[in-house]
Amino acid sequence: MRPSTLVLALLAGLALAFVFIFGHFSWSTATDAERLAANRALVEHYGLTDLALFTEARYTRHPSQADLHSAFQDHPAALEHFPTGSLVAPRSLPLFRDAPLAGKTTSPD
Amino acid sequence: MRPWLEKQLHLIDFTLASLARRKTKNVGLLLAYTLIVFVLASLSLFTHALRSEASYVLAGSPEVILQRMVAGRHDLIPPGYLDKIGRIRGVQKKEGRLWGYYYDPVVNANYTFMARPASEVADGTIMVGSALARERGLAPNNTISFRSYAGKLFGFTVAAVLSPDSELLAADLVLLSENDFRRFFEYPEGHYTDIALSVANPQEVRTVAAKLSTALPDSRPILREEVLRTYQSLFDWREGIVLTVLAGAILAFAILAWEKASGLSAEERREIGILKAIGWETSDVIRMKVWEGLIISLTAFLLGGIAAYVHVFHFGAAVFAPVLKGWSVLYPRFTLVPAVDGLQIATLFFFTVVPYTAAVLVPIWRAAITDPDAVMRA
Repeated sequence: MRPSTLVLALLAGLALAFVFIFGHFSWSTATDAERLAANRALVEHYGLTDLALFTEARYTRHPSQADLHSAFQDHPAALEHFPTGSLVAPRSLPLFRDAPLAGKTTSPD
Repeated sequence: MRPWLEKQLHLIDFTLASLARRKTKNVGLLLAYTLIVFVLASLSLFTHALRSEASYVLAGSPEVILQRMVAGRHDLIPPGYLDKIGRIRGVQKKEGRLWGYYYDPVVNANYTFMARPASEVADGTIMVGSALARERGLAPNNTISFRSYAGKLFGFTVAAVLSPDSELLAADLVLLSENDFRRFFEYPEGHYTDIALSVANPQEVRTVAAKLSTALPDSRPILREEVLRTYQSLFDWREGIVLTVLAGAILAFAILAWEKASGLSAEERREIGILKAIGWETSDVIRMKVWEGLIISLTAFLLGGIAAYVHVFHFGAAVFAPVLKGWSVLYPRFTLVPAVDGLQIATLFFFTVVPYTAAVLVPIWRAAITDPDAVMRA
């Protein structure tokens, strides 16, 4: 067999495997769908709000329920204690939400 | 069609022979290339699957959670607070929730205690998450004692262990009756941790939240969409952090690949000169090099992609899991449901295969249009 045929056959085989794996297996199976539905039902039933991924502190266990400035919540100037905290994104708040009004209001700023 | 195909096959044969002459260099490049695709694809598959799973299951969380703030901190909901909400139109159901954290010094882990109605969990019994059960060696009908924050010892019988499939959500959960919860934490009667609200019309959620903020200025409503957004941004951020850490390696590879693809060695230059001298056309030389770029980059992309899929969905993304998922004493064991975003794969393809193949072209074109004699003598 000439090298080109071999390489093209190999590439075609790889491409087929790629398409098959990503196309076929990416559809969740009945078991997966059942598990996801059961988990969603659990969330609805118990009113859960967060994933149990980071259990070390209240603001990492329930990031969606934590205070807005969780890194400094324990006392002023309290820095972050837990490694997860440094890997959780700070909340993107519009810090200067009145900026478009600056200088345009009749009352003094 | 046939002669064209035959010509391409001959070109590929020649390309392969040329690649084989610099075997070590090209195999090294292919390995580095595959590794980079593997890392990027793993990262993208893992975070996408985690994001998809989080947004699917958390779509069932309460529409609005209402917290009460005192001096900027979360405080208990006092008696009568619930009644004030009853008058806001659009609120279908309101429920005071009781939950809190308990630090267990035995395993140095935090548990989430949550009260449930007596119809679900009887007094004196608890239902526990399976990670907690595993960590403390618990099974149904076992008893366990917790020392409360007041220093009193409370014994509970384990009524049930929650399904291991729910570990991602309930790894550290302890469900107990309302009476037990109030006794254990010495919670004042009539007080709640927060309030879960159900809003009939999803379009009205924001209006309800605005009305709540006006009616109860000391409250902080947290909408379901904010919960979902928190997890989207959390995994986006983590993906970004890993990418930042990997940026050096990716850049080093980009330089290596660019150098290899865009710079011609003296040997390659001589080869092109000889090919031109024996009658190859410029277009043939370019075609040969395009095949070279395609063979290397496609093989790397396909191998790296398949390896990433197996790594993420069959080996639990062992390489990145600690950074992307987080870590803790009570860590949930879970397998992700495969979720692939076609756009992500297309983007990865575009940023790995196309630049390399394109980078090959410019120097080849430049060398191929030069006089063969000049190229060979250079």
